[in-house]
Amino acid sequence: MTLRASRLALYGVLLAFAAFYLLPIYMLLITGLKSYAEVNLATMWQLPSALSFDSFRQAFEKLGPNFINSIQLTVPATLISAMLGSMNGYILSKWRFKGSEVLFPLLLFGMFIPYQSILIPLVQTLQQMRLYGSISGLILVHVVYGIPITTLIFRNYYATVPSELVEAAKIDGASLLGIYRWILFPISLPAFAVVLIWQFTSIWNEFLFAVVVTQNPATQPVTVALYNLAGSYIVEWNVQMAGALLAALPTLLVYVLLGRFFVRGLLAGALKG
Amino acid sequence: MKGLAWDRVVSIVLITPSVIAVAVFVYGFIGWTGWVSLSKWDGLRPNYDLAGWVNFDRLLNNSRFQIDVRNTIVFTLLFLAACLIIGLLLAILLDQKIRGENLFRSLFLFPMAVSFIVTGVVWRWLMVPSSGLNTLFAAAGLDFLKSAWYTSPTVLHIQPESGLAQVLARVGLGGLASPNFGLPLALISIVIAAAWQMSGFVMAMFLAGIRGIPEELRDAARVDGASEVQVYRHVVLPLLKPVTLSAAIVLGHISLKIFDLVASLSKQGPGFATDVPAFFMFQTTFQGDHFAQGSAIAVFMLLSVSLLVIPYLVYNIRREIEV
Amino acid sequence: MFWKNRWLSVAGILAVSAILLAACAPAAPAPKGQLQIFSWWTTGGEAAGLDNLYKIYNEQFPDVEIINATVAGGAGFEAKAVLKTRMLGGDPPDSFQVHMGHELIDTWVTTGQFMEPLDSLYQQEGWNNIFPAGVLEIVSQDGHPWSVPVNIHRANVLWYNTAILEEHNLTPPTTFDEFFEVAETLQDAGITPLALGDVGIWASTHLFETVLIGTLGAEDYRGLWTGETDWNGPGVREALENMKQMLTYVNDDHAALSWDQANDLVINGTAAMTIMGDWVDADYVAKLGTKEYQGFGWAPPPGNAGIYDALSDTFGLPANAPNREAAIEWLRLVGSKAGQEAFNPVKGSICARTDCDASLFGPYLRSAMQDWTRDSIVPSLAHGAAASEGWVTAIHDVMTVFVTDGDVAQAQAGLANACVDAGVCS
Repeated sequence: MTLRASRLALYGVLLAFAAFYLLPIYMLLITGLKSYAEVNLATMWQLPSALSFDSFRQAFEKLGPNFINSIQLTVPATLISAMLGSMNGYILSKWRFKGSEVLFPLLLFGMFIPYQSILIPLVQTLQQMRLYGSISGLILVHVVYGIPITTLIFRNYYATVPSELVEAAKIDGASLLGIYRWILFPISLPAFAVVLIWQFTSIWNEFLFAVVVTQNPATQPVTVALYNLAGSYIVEWNVQMAGALLAALPTLLVYVLLGRFFVRGLLAGALKG
Repeated sequence: MKGLAWDRVVSIVLITPSVIAVAVFVYGFIGWTGWVSLSKWDGLRPNYDLAGWVNFDRLLNNSRFQIDVRNTIVFTLLFLAACLIIGLLLAILLDQKIRGENLFRSLFLFPMAVSFIVTGVVWRWLMVPSSGLNTLFAAAGLDFLKSAWYTSPTVLHIQPESGLAQVLARVGLGGLASPNFGLPLALISIVIAAAWQMSGFVMAMFLAGIRGIPEELRDAARVDGASEVQVYRHVVLPLLKPVTLSAAIVLGHISLKIFDLVASLSKQGPGFATDVPAFFMFQTTFQGDHFAQGSAIAVFMLLSVSLLVIPYLVYNIRREIEV
Repeated sequence: MFWKNRWLSVAGILAVSAILLAACAPAAPAPKGQLQIFSWWTTGGEAAGLDNLYKIYNEQFPDVEIINATVAGGAGFEAKAVLKTRMLGGDPPDSFQVHMGHELIDTWVTTGQFMEPLDSLYQQEGWNNIFPAGVLEIVSQDGHPWSVPVNIHRANVLWYNTAILEEHNLTPPTTFDEFFEVAETLQDAGITPLALGDVGIWASTHLFETVLIGTLGAEDYRGLWTGETDWNGPGVREALENMKQMLTYVNDDHAALSWDQANDLVINGTAAMTIMGDWVDADYVAKLGTKEYQGFGWAPPPGNAGIYDALSDTFGLPANAPNREAAIEWLRLVGSKAGQEAFNPVKGSICARTDCDASLFGPYLRSAMQDWTRDSIVPSLAHGAAASEGWVTAIHDVMTVFVTDGDVAQAQAGLANACVDAGVCS
């Protein structure tokens, strides 16, 4: 009997937490589905009296181009940094050289630094390179500052591949690239999944680089556009909430479909040594 | 043999671009920022003439910066405590052979997939003082929970006239009875939103840690007559120390750098109640054009993060080399 | 003397030839392509006024595609940051909104080759005779005009709910003592005396500037920005004391509201007064649906009678504007009578030109047009006319702390430091 009661309490606590985590999503949905006229502080918790997709239409009008920018930014940046990370991880795990164990932590440090400490030189450099304010500039930034984390994940993954396999291939005369192409790359799918999802999520959600590097509303990613939308004088909460949902949708979708790899990326990012 | 030497060259060639990129974009730029922080660059045009430590001097005497340091410390403590406690609790609960464990786990973890900007925008709406959570609390008869949230200017601190303050003064710690060592209530809003986003991640880490403990260890304790609570207390928790450390480092460096969430939820807040160094740096540099001053703030941020992360990195690498 | 005369004659010849050129030369080919206009006018009358200008422009130049680059938020606070990074990044818009005064001069003109001077445009359009001398002086540096003012706003206005004041037999207070009496009466009646919305801290700075003017008077207030008035003196101290006392009469949730939400409190009768710039007029027009709205009045804030605390939105021409020709036509429109008459009645400001048709404007703006010609003019602090942006930012920081802790001595020291840091005081 007490066992049963404690089980019930257990589920009660879990459900309470579930409600806490879902609360903002509930709010996003009910506010986003209201019309502007219906959004007011007094009735904020009530369900919309009639479903209005007006807010979503307006949010899409305002954020649509930025949504496209985010795709144009995230997709290439993710692919390039995954390839780079894979190569680096392969070399740092299977082709160690003198000093590589010093090099690795020096690379890793790059993922912990507060980016404020490189922001001013970054802007100056991008200006010199004529990449400032462009999506390509932002891609470069994300690829470079993505090197540490992608290298880490691939290196840890390749470290689990038996070195005998590689040694045997070397004796058979396979070259560095040959071993990568025929032995490691084919079994890298799980690591690629983790890295691609991790980079996709973090680049899509990133704000600091985006707000500093792309100032032109026409080239801004969706996070910056949402931020600016929320800063307006007249606070159209319904459009803001619809916009927030829109901005969150791609990463939420990835999470729902590929959550397994997402969690692995999280844990890898936490350096579980 | 010749092939191997060639491969050696190829390996160096392949990794060189990444090494150069990180050398320039991380270390080179940090040095550059360090230089700017010692320079006279004030205004839109760069000026690299050395000014010495002036910018750091002024920063340390700046009341906004002092408030920011207080906020960072308070925020870090509260945020770490909230995430670790909630994360551990949820991990232990989910470890009880729960029906629908996968569903619960996914629910607790999904905020990690969302941008801090989205989180900030939603919680700003949820914590609007004239409605939002306050209305909900009122409806539930929990009026005492109503709050001005991120708009509260109140800083809880030891009152200078109180008995405690007099005791402190006697031991030479009278200075503690001031808002400089207080808790700005508005920061709690940021902690709630940040914990909403990050606690699921801590749960995932703890859960992975718990699942990594061999079942035999726990069974052995049970055979010895330990209750379930004792099993957690004496077997599981001690083995979770490394995970706790990792989680604390990850959360700590996030909280020292926090920017997006503050920018979208409350900005600097009343009386800088929710201001943080990252936001101060952003405004000083990109709104006030005080580039040298902004760089000095950035250098402080880098130092604080380094103090936390470098020992951890060194510890990890040592362990790895030993293994 | 010789040089001066020669300059005058050269200027004369240039002016004449410019007029001749304008009159006789075949019209330059109409600009094509794009025109990117940067501003922080995103909502309400501001956006509508801007849109009116765009409409006229598109009628004149149908081949130009206008890109309306706006960044919302806090009296342009966010937008200015965005603009700077764009200008420094070699990605200037074709023309941008900038406040007349130190915000324009200190940020963009004295710092290097960011702007293109507009002498020829001013000569072609004869603006040297059409804008008031005081305005010309403020937009010029080193003898060149650098931007085109589209409007004049007044920052020091006390707006009130007439029904509430009448109900309690009160009149708008003209001195601080009167203000505190009126406020007491209102507070006893359960009405918030003064509505404030400083979620953007500039609104507190704005209130403080009217208190500074009201306490110091026009002459000493102007002296604050040139170093002639002592920031450590008794005048500033008294102003801070006045401000502190006024803050005891504001709504509790001021830190959560924007200025227009504060004005909503006056509209719905929760609060009696608010001190804000005359863009509030446009807010009434929008919310009450008519230019001739009833029930709300305006007066100078305490001690501000006879003083016009002015700011102006202007548009400039960045050096290397990508579509320079289209931008020059835009500036020509912004300064024209047609442009200003299309813009200002909607935006809720008066024309920078002196020849606009008063009948286009509502009662408030007509009264402001009269005051503009006879009041003593002082530059606004919170809106970029009086001080450089770095200085204003420093004062914002002082106000952020002062509004919550009310520490007069600390605030005064902070203000004095800010003046030193700005390089004006020593």
